[in-house]
Amino acid sequence: MTYNFAAILPELILIFGEPVLMLTASTMGSRATKITTWGTVALLVAASAVLLLTGEPSTGGVLFGGLLVADSFATFGKLLIFGSAAVTIIAAHRWFGHKDEHGPEYPVLVLLATVGMAVMVSSTSLVTLYVGLELNSLAAYVLASYRRTDARSAEAGLKYFVLGGLASGILLYGMSLLYGFTGTTQFTGIAAAFGRAETMSLGLLFGLVFTFAGLAFKVSAVPFHMWTPDVYEGAPTPVTAFFASAPKVAAMLLTVRVAIEALGPAIDAWRQIVVFAALASILLGAVAAWGQTNLKRLLAYSSINNVGFALIGLAAGGAAGVSSVLFYMAVYVVMTVGAFLVVLQLVDDKGEPVEEIERISGLSRRRPGLAAALAVFMFSLAGIPPLFGFWPKLLVFNAAVDAGLIWLAVVGILGTVVGAFYYLKIIKVMYFDDEHGEPVGTVRAPLEMAFILIAALFVSPLGYLLIGPIGEAANTAAAALF
Amino acid sequence: MEFPILSILILLPLVAGIAVLFMGANAARWTALLTTLACFVLGIVLWANYQIGGPRWQFVEYAEFAQGALVPAWALGIDGIALMLIMLSVFLMPICIGASWRAIQNRVPEYMAAFLLMEALMIGVFAAQDLMLFYIFFEGGLIPMYLIIGIWGGVEKIKAAYKFFLYTLAGSVLMLVAMLYMVLTAGTSFIPDLMAYDFAPGVQWWLWLAFFASFAVKMPMWPVHTWLPDAHVQAPTAGSVILAGVLLKMGGYGFVRFSLPMFPDASADFVPLVFGLSGIAVVYTSLVALVQKDMKKLIAYSSVAHMAFVTFGLFAFNRQGIEGALVVMLSHGLVSGALFLCVGVIYDRLHTREIARYGGLADNMPGYALLFLLFTMASVGLPGTSGFVGEFLALVGTYEMSSWGAIVATTGIILGAAYMLWLYWRICYGTQKNADAAAMPDLDKREWLLLAPIAAVVMWMGVYPESFLAPMRDDVGLLLERLETAAPEGDAHLTEGDPSAAAAEAEHHEDAHAAGEAAQ
Repeated sequence: MTYNFAAILPELILIFGEPVLMLTASTMGSRATKITTWGTVALLVAASAVLLLTGEPSTGGVLFGGLLVADSFATFGKLLIFGSAAVTIIAAHRWFGHKDEHGPEYPVLVLLATVGMAVMVSSTSLVTLYVGLELNSLAAYVLASYRRTDARSAEAGLKYFVLGGLASGILLYGMSLLYGFTGTTQFTGIAAAFGRAETMSLGLLFGLVFTFAGLAFKVSAVPFHMWTPDVYEGAPTPVTAFFASAPKVAAMLLTVRVAIEALGPAIDAWRQIVVFAALASILLGAVAAWGQTNLKRLLAYSSINNVGFALIGLAAGGAAGVSSVLFYMAVYVVMTVGAFLVVLQLVDDKGEPVEEIERISGLSRRRPGLAAALAVFMFSLAGIPPLFGFWPKLLVFNAAVDAGLIWLAVVGILGTVVGAFYYLKIIKVMYFDDEHGEPVGTVRAPLEMAFILIAALFVSPLGYLLIGPIGEAANTAAAALF
Repeated sequence: MEFPILSILILLPLVAGIAVLFMGANAARWTALLTTLACFVLGIVLWANYQIGGPRWQFVEYAEFAQGALVPAWALGIDGIALMLIMLSVFLMPICIGASWRAIQNRVPEYMAAFLLMEALMIGVFAAQDLMLFYIFFEGGLIPMYLIIGIWGGVEKIKAAYKFFLYTLAGSVLMLVAMLYMVLTAGTSFIPDLMAYDFAPGVQWWLWLAFFASFAVKMPMWPVHTWLPDAHVQAPTAGSVILAGVLLKMGGYGFVRFSLPMFPDASADFVPLVFGLSGIAVVYTSLVALVQKDMKKLIAYSSVAHMAFVTFGLFAFNRQGIEGALVVMLSHGLVSGALFLCVGVIYDRLHTREIARYGGLADNMPGYALLFLLFTMASVGLPGTSGFVGEFLALVGTYEMSSWGAIVATTGIILGAAYMLWLYWRICYGTQKNADAAAMPDLDKREWLLLAPIAAVVMWMGVYPESFLAPMRDDVGLLLERLETAAPEGDAHLTEGDPSAAAAEAEHHEDAHAAGEAAQ
């Protein structure tokens, strides 16, 4: 067996760069945080550059005896993950500022989680899948409770840890059943076993159901979404921004890969699960968000809602369905990161973060640019044309209609109307309501502002010009699974 | 390459809309006014260069972003129907900007930007030749209108803005699913191709219903009209003008462009439904209009009643009906817009829309009373005004299809006269009860400039409708050809009269001929 290390060069860069950064940081005293932050960003950029430059298929198919694969599907996911991780690290650096809580370990933790996610999207075996997932999760638990002095942050970390542990248990149980009844941990072997079985044995069915339950927790699909609002609200805002973007992509891509590569022949069995999770997520994400008063909590429900739409694409199945999920996640990440970057800029005159929705009333007068950007992201998340957020929604509905699931598309699309209500509420508060009278602080953050501008331009109608390249990349990536 | 006039008509207001955001209040006003006037001039150029009897689609432009049937192509092109509606939009737009000149003092740049964006999207809706591009423009219009109602609206603006947005969105999303199905089935999203594509009759049914959900809300038809009175009452004057003048026409345009030619069989099957709903709308909303105490609300309900003439005429499946419906759309766009401006004129002076607070304005505002009377008569459908031409043709068409439908629809004319004349009497005649109302000054120069052009066009359309009908005639003919096989039999059973008596005018003869065919 030959080991093709060149194919995992991006991961290697991150893995070996990380201890180097830590060691350097330990001798640098007060400048350590700055060094690790920019060092991590540089590593992520380098890893992305390697991905872009080598391209596939030079990276070669299955590696290490079938543990990992470096295909264009993984590349698509990794680029999204590395990019969003880098942006959230930069935003966190300014947000934490010179507070005692901020230390050099923050970017390193994000980096570890990122490596875990890279493994998740490229795993082709249940074992690597689990290792990647846990590497990501353990770092994430620490990140959620990163603000030591804030009780909410500690609570978020604890909740995340307990519920995440439970979900891991469920997932492991499902995986052990799959292994027990198929005799292999390889995705291809599992698929072959499902293909052979004329009627699915109870063991396989249970394995499938538990695996999906565990994965549903990771993508925060209803009914395994309960942790999301609490963790999003409690965790420090940059961490929430990170949670809402990169891990979401990784978990969704992982789910897609497991569903298609390992459980592809059993599509009739899991399609009903995915359809239920999709519709339940869309409706709950939309309805439960109505009464929220906290911006981060609202965005948590928004992420649940969006996961539901992406799952519609998965339920449709086929290369077109997978491609629509990938396109959806690409646009979703930009919208979400953009929205969180705006939230990160909201501070009162003492520099304390503002999270309550009512406190941003009349924002359009005090910070017109920021308010306009948030409005663009909200309309886009709601999927209102001509903003670009409309397009991925259209693609998943198109995949559903193409697969003959017209009723699913109809129910899902009615869900967008219900969901539009609370996105409109943010715009109403910012634009229609009178000013709150509370002084508002300004943050000097030119880099973040540039990111917000780029994200806003991306979701503006100009984004339609990118349909070609993104769609092509998503199609190539989706084709890698079939 | 030809001069891309349609692209410029869309992009000019869009670019200006972004630019005004960075200007002061006065600069924004002037930029918006000049831009909309420039668009109007371009519109006149468009009309002047439109070849009547030429190719069906003119000023065609085509560019692709990416491969795939679903991906919206920048496909623009207009027929006579779209030309007239674009003319209506570019004509009303400078008037809207002028109407907001003094009434809007708050966040002027944003306001002007919203209106300019609105103009770009409206022209886009009428010019789009790609299904997805159409949908993007159609739905995109929600955003600026939501902001216009929500930011610059009246006391209950928030409720009205939400209701407007969610009602319209809920109607449209079903249409989107239908569009996806159509693109997947037909393999193209090019509207002219789809207009000639024959969908299976069973499928047509569902597609028709999905499109109907959207256009019925937009139109609006009873019983999904309830967003309209709220939106009209709360919106600023110019918002009401554009809403009544152009946005409502998108529903009728949708029927002409999509429902009828793409699903002819289903359209024929659903004639009883459309006639039933329109009949209820005419009688019910007219009665509701009678008892309104708020001027804007009264005109809003009258809009619903007038739009029912459009649906009656369109689903009559004959030339008179469809041409009449199109003229009602144009005429109503002008007249209701002008009526909202008339309300705006006195609202700006007294800051109330309550009818009872006015009275005897003919004494102190004679100029205003004159113009208001003209628009009231046009709304009632007095011969010599634009209202008469459209309503008469639409009713003739309806009669050929369904006598009962025509009987019910005609009561709308009577009730319309009742509520409009009574409104006029309460505002302009009678004794002057309120001193403040009696002290209001007559129209100033700006208001004359806003209302006089509309008055001129209303008379023009009433006296010589040929100017407006000529560009649309061939397109109506093509539509009728498409509908020929599906057209249901009317209950009028017309027989052709003695040609020697009726052949005074060739045109009339053609009409009778077409009617005879429809009756067979």
